[in-house]
Amino acid sequence: MTTTVPHFQEELDQLKSRLLEMGGLAEDRVRAAVTALVNRDTALVAQVLAGDGPINQLHIEIDSRCVKLLALHQPMAVDLRSILSAVKINTDLERVGDLAINIAEAATRYLAHPPVKELIDIPRMAEIAHRMLRDALDAFVRRDTVLAQQVLDADDALDALKTQVFRELLTYMLEDPHTIEASLDLILVSRHLERIGDHATNIAEDVIFMVSARDVRHHAQ
Amino acid sequence: MSTLASALQARPSPPAAAEQAGAPCKIAVRDLNFHYGAKRALEGISIDIPANLVTAFIGPSGCGKSTFLRTLNRMNDIIAGTRVEGEVRIDGRDIYRSDTDVVALRRRVGMVFQKSNPFPKSIFENIAYGLRINGLARRGSELHGRVEESLRQAAIWDEVKDRLHESALALSGGQQQRLCIARALAVKPDVLLMDEPASALDPIATQRIEELIYQLKSTYTIVIVTHNMQQAARVSDLTAFFWLGKLIEAGPTDKMFTNPGQKLTEDYVTGRFG
Repeated sequence: MTTTVPHFQEELDQLKSRLLEMGGLAEDRVRAAVTALVNRDTALVAQVLAGDGPINQLHIEIDSRCVKLLALHQPMAVDLRSILSAVKINTDLERVGDLAINIAEAATRYLAHPPVKELIDIPRMAEIAHRMLRDALDAFVRRDTVLAQQVLDADDALDALKTQVFRELLTYMLEDPHTIEASLDLILVSRHLERIGDHATNIAEDVIFMVSARDVRHHAQ
Repeated sequence: MSTLASALQARPSPPAAAEQAGAPCKIAVRDLNFHYGAKRALEGISIDIPANLVTAFIGPSGCGKSTFLRTLNRMNDIIAGTRVEGEVRIDGRDIYRSDTDVVALRRRVGMVFQKSNPFPKSIFENIAYGLRINGLARRGSELHGRVEESLRQAAIWDEVKDRLHESALALSGGQQQRLCIARALAVKPDVLLMDEPASALDPIATQRIEELIYQLKSTYTIVIVTHNMQQAARVSDLTAFFWLGKLIEAGPTDKMFTNPGQKLTEDYVTGRFG
């Protein structure tokens, strides 16, 4: 038997769909920032830099929806966990939006120099981070803890790639100090992508908490 | 000056609540005082209650919230030694004018009480009675139609449709309360006053009443008194907080429960009262 009041359920559903909308925007912006970097597309960089208004608005709107639901409905059990998770996921998605801006800023600086090398690992990192984010949001929608666990497992690959990018660029910098400035920006981009993976991980942990009330953060079981 | 005294002095003009809700005003109360004999139970109440929204009155026992609710359809008239000053305008007309037809007023402004009080008659008759005495259904088929419509509106039709001629007293407490809501709706009121409508019910029956209130507000202006703050938070669009016969603050419910304007309201909604 469900005891959730229908109109409260409607508001929870709306909250969920707003979060997904925000997730979609965050994904698009990360993809655009990396595409702009790889394709040396300064117009697209500018678009990313100018376009975080909608995410910021959703960030505020979702938080205020959560406060209202908590204050007016006194949710319990799974409903309480869902709203707490929504507050945290909201923060993670907003940070992902900010990281897209950081990537675009690094791209602006990087594109002022000749390319250091052909970008291979960074698009690969972007692909993994993007998939982690998408899977984390799918896990949230489908309340799928198995998929959430897969997101947690994927994070190691992203961390390893970040280390690899750093090492590789170090050799370029040692060889030719003129590449230092541009290489540092690529290192920063790899760091931003790795952080996006961390936010996807946070979301996956929140999904596991929401569905099963288990706190798996910091390797707790 | 005590915090309390300053809170009272700093009281904002309550009618702002309705404007904030952006809905037309259904009931406008101005400077209402109410006395039980020598005792003043309500002092200087002014509030605009918007149409087609749920307005909740909250406050500690004895704060005047139920008394105020009863001034809105002159139910206090039947208590000897009471006196009213000020104005209560419904759709612009003062209901305390001497030429007011009080029976017609109470038909427009229906009421549901804390304790369900069905007539000791059949389920059908509980609804049909008010329709007949008010001449609202002349033919049998019309009467049946109105009874069904009212029971459906009160979300109880499916539970009683096969036992309409059984005694209303055989229904559960929650069903009896919904029957009383159906009875109030049958005479097509504009306003529904509810005085602690769920306080005698279990959580599931309470939830059904609350969901019903939510559905009914598109058609009716609803005013509910509740000592259960969480209920006020769940069901209402506007909340008014009463204390010692005064209206301390009224405003959109989400604001009243997240960021009330008055210290006294904050103390009450956070349970730091007294």
